Amino acid sequence: MKNLTKIATVIIASTALLVGCGNSNSSSSSSSSTSSKAVSGKITIVGSTALQPLVEKAAENFQADNSKVNITVQGGGSGTGLSQVQSGAVTIGNSDIFAEKQSGIKAENLVDHQVAVVGMTPVVNKDAGVKNLKMSQLREIFTGKITNWNQVGGKNEKIVLINRPSGSGTRATFEGAVMNGETAAKSQEQDSNGTVQKMIAQTPGSISYLAFSYVKSDVQALSIDGVAPTDDNVTTNKWKIWSYEHMYTKGKPDTTTKAFLNYMTSSKVQKSLVKDLGYISISNMKVQKDANGKVTDK
Amino acid sequence: MEDPIKSKIQSTSKETRQDILGRCLTYLCIGLIVAIVLSIFIFVASKGIATFTVNKASLWEFLTGKNWNPTVTDASGKPQLGALPMITGSFGVTILAVIFATPFAIGTALYMTEVSSKKGEKILQSVIELLVGIPSVVYGFIGLSVIVPFVRTHFGGSGYGILSGSFVLFVMVLPTVTSMTVDSLRAVPRYYKEASLALGATRWQTIYKVLLRSATSGILTAIIFGMARAFGEALAVQMVIGNAAIMPKGLLSSASTLTSVLTMGIGNTVMGTVGNNALWSLALILLLMSLIFNIVVRLIGRKGRMD
Repeated sequence: MKNLTKIATVIIASTALLVGCGNSNSSSSSSSSTSSKAVSGKITIVGSTALQPLVEKAAENFQADNSKVNITVQGGGSGTGLSQVQSGAVTIGNSDIFAEKQSGIKAENLVDHQVAVVGMTPVVNKDAGVKNLKMSQLREIFTGKITNWNQVGGKNEKIVLINRPSGSGTRATFEGAVMNGETAAKSQEQDSNGTVQKMIAQTPGSISYLAFSYVKSDVQALSIDGVAPTDDNVTTNKWKIWSYEHMYTKGKPDTTTKAFLNYMTSSKVQKSLVKDLGYISISNMKVQKDANGKVTDK
Repeated sequence: MEDPIKSKIQSTSKETRQDILGRCLTYLCIGLIVAIVLSIFIFVASKGIATFTVNKASLWEFLTGKNWNPTVTDASGKPQLGALPMITGSFGVTILAVIFATPFAIGTALYMTEVSSKKGEKILQSVIELLVGIPSVVYGFIGLSVIVPFVRTHFGGSGYGILSGSFVLFVMVLPTVTSMTVDSLRAVPRYYKEASLALGATRWQTIYKVLLRSATSGILTAIIFGMARAFGEALAVQMVIGNAAIMPKGLLSSASTLTSVLTMGIGNTVMGTVGNNALWSLALILLLMSLIFNIVVRLIGRKGRMD
């Protein structure tokens, strides 16, 4: 009898689990009741891990103010975010790159909401003895034409390239701004900012690129053509390597989703959360970039 | 008027009903698990095969090509899908790790079963269980901060490569191989050992000529299980192997494994595209390999019984 109860418990537990999973996946359509002011409903957000912490924090605060709204934020990567929002499985898909740039995505069906800007900078191991590079030198390092730091005024040390996996948003941004259409040399690849930061700090002669917020004192951020990687230089496009953080919806967002997206771009989030977490506020930008990387004054 | 004893015998008792309920519950569980396993298999297979049916990649080129670049198409319009670098990497770290681990595992197992006191054995047992419990990301971080610099200073290269990967995997498969070897040594009938000692054989002779020989099939099973674990490990290896999808030139140059390419790429590709399908093909190889490992274990087990 004891065993029987055990088995039954296991079955009940697993069914509950299955049902639970089913629920969280099928929460695509948010049942929004458009009562005068208070919004309610369910929003599921999936995608970019770079944007995840910001959206999670903002969702927390938003739910504190609007108790009837239930927001779930998950990672999974930009590709996952875009494909899930395209298929209608989630309300919002987070992405580091323009939907136009992701193969297999029909961008015309998606509506772009840009919520923040991320600056990225090349970083090298402190040992290399290099603090500034010309853009052309940086390109030649990543295409494998320059292989020793003494060719660009550093120590006699072999260059160890650490790239991001092809298809990652950070790599797409970096290549768009630096590579000028050339293909990067095959090299090591690492997926997360945190791991790259650690690897650069302890591998002599290594070079990679990181989002500004991951640049710590144990790695050397590089200036390019004498321009330092600062937030101010990004806002004027003097520093070229930056990208938007996108939140895509399929078609026009409903009332609840719209309220949340407005909250994301409100000064409350932009002035505090965005800055605290190392992003650059979208409202500070003096220029804008389109999907093809063309920059115009705002 | 009906006979109360007859009706009691003929109607289903409480115990019988319990019996039926229990059986139904176990069938339900088995059915569920079989359904899950089957659907995973069908899902991975259908996605993995799509690379060859939908995207028209050739299977031969997939298994022997050396260029892995799913997003780029070559002159004839076919995506560059050569998985050989990853297959080599996976087998490289797996085989090396097992080669490193097996002598240590057998030594430890012999010490635990033949030499040590009961107390020492218990301590060793819990140490090994502790090794199993450490999450792989922790192994990865230790590998990144200790093993990679160690390999760089003592062997050369950048430190990232197959050698570092197999050092990390060595620690990870050691407990699996050890505890299974212990089990197979314990399963050797006591009278084998007694007879050998009675014939005047020393302890070493007994261990080498009797114990190890009769436990061979069990030890082989342990090694294969270790290989299966090493082959499927993703995170820890990914952090130390360098993840360059190129043919490894040696043990010290950056390489990649099937799992490391999978974990890095899957979030960045869109379902249904070539890049995504190619990753599912890699997953299919992984699944088939674990199936092969399982079959080998079965075969060894059957042979061991016949001896």
